[in-house]
Amino acid sequence: MNSGPALVSILRQGDTLVASVHTALDDSEMVRFQHDLVRQIGEHRARGIIIDVAALDVIDSFASRTLRSIADIARLRGAVTVIVGIQPDVAFAMVCLGMDMGEVPTALDLEEGLAYLSRLRGLGSSHG
Amino acid sequence: MNAENTQDQRQDQGQAELSLSGNQLLPQLVAHLREHRAKLRNEWASRIRDAHLLEAMTPQEMAAETTSVYDNYVEVLETGSVEALQHYARDLSERIIPRGVETHEVVGIVLLLRDVLARSLFEKYQRDFALLNQILDAYEPAANRIANTVAVSFVDERERVIRQQQDAIKELSTPVLPVRERLLILPIIGVLDSERARQLTEQLLSGIRTHRAKVVVIDITGAPDVDETVANHLVQTVDASRLMGASVIITGLSPTIAQTLVTIGVDLSKMNTIGDLQGGLEEAERLLGYTVTRKVVTDGS
Repeated sequence: MNSGPALVSILRQGDTLVASVHTALDDSEMVRFQHDLVRQIGEHRARGIIIDVAALDVIDSFASRTLRSIADIARLRGAVTVIVGIQPDVAFAMVCLGMDMGEVPTALDLEEGLAYLSRLRGLGSSHG
Repeated sequence: MNAENTQDQRQDQGQAELSLSGNQLLPQLVAHLREHRAKLRNEWASRIRDAHLLEAMTPQEMAAETTSVYDNYVEVLETGSVEALQHYARDLSERIIPRGVETHEVVGIVLLLRDVLARSLFEKYQRDFALLNQILDAYEPAANRIANTVAVSFVDERERVIRQQQDAIKELSTPVLPVRERLLILPIIGVLDSERARQLTEQLLSGIRTHRAKVVVIDITGAPDVDETVANHLVQTVDASRLMGASVIITGLSPTIAQTLVTIGVDLSKMNTIGDLQGGLEEAERLLGYTVTRKVVTDGS
């Protein structure tokens, strides 16, 4: 099952995990990605997760649901998830089909996502 | 094979005969029409008046235009080339379309002229039925071509004007303007139909990416009304922008539009709306962390 080239690369940057989806994922690949990512949150003690979907031409209902559950699971494990890089037509198609990212924050690209996380952390540390 | 060949030959001969007779008859026809130009043109003009066509034009203009149409008409009969007429018809259409002249009027006057001329031919050749037939053989196809040419030129010209205006509207309709770094304004002026709404979404979303916008102010002060489809489209645009990491502020909702939105039950809970564009910009600046202060300028400095 775990054969073939990596469809998603998961890189660690400080306490943030950056997961870039390189190609369209089918449902089972999506599930595998979810497992990999959730496992790595614990391994790396990540506080923030950025999922970059810029390479995706289509985000279907299963994919958007999986992304939402990744974010929910990550939150339970103490990490904030940001989805970045949704393409204009993908965004509009998602909205037309009645899908959204729920409460999961989104940002334009990786840079914006990192800025968002560091802003959150700034707020956190000033409070604590 | 042989049978076909002979048939072809026969057809060729037939055509040659026809054009030969046309060659002889058309000059005669043209001479007749030139000779009675004033009388026929007046008759035509009075028929136009009786039919209440081209009432947008003054009598002087009518006289001038009918004279040149008449001359062009006869010229086409003489030369068989519709190019000059085509050119004239385009030119005429360009002048009369802005004054509200309709297609049926233009076609109507050409058909009237065709009728007036045909009647004068009947009158002239009434004693020689065979000759009348030949004359009509020469006249009718040319007259049909003229009517066709004028109608097509008129419609072409009108379509050209419409296309030009559509392009102009399209270009004007949805400017996405960067006002500060990361801040876009999208003023919507005029009726927002679903085609424009679609175009607006497309331009806004790609604008968000190119300008790396974080906040977008959509100002709909200039939109007179929205229907349910467009309202929902607007909501979708807001949601899609959010997916791309930009928040949208909508300003300038008129009382009518606000009422419409509430009546048709569009879900506005996620929409950030602010009364006017000024307030929207202030809110956008606040979101982006800008503070705008006015410098005190002392007199004489």
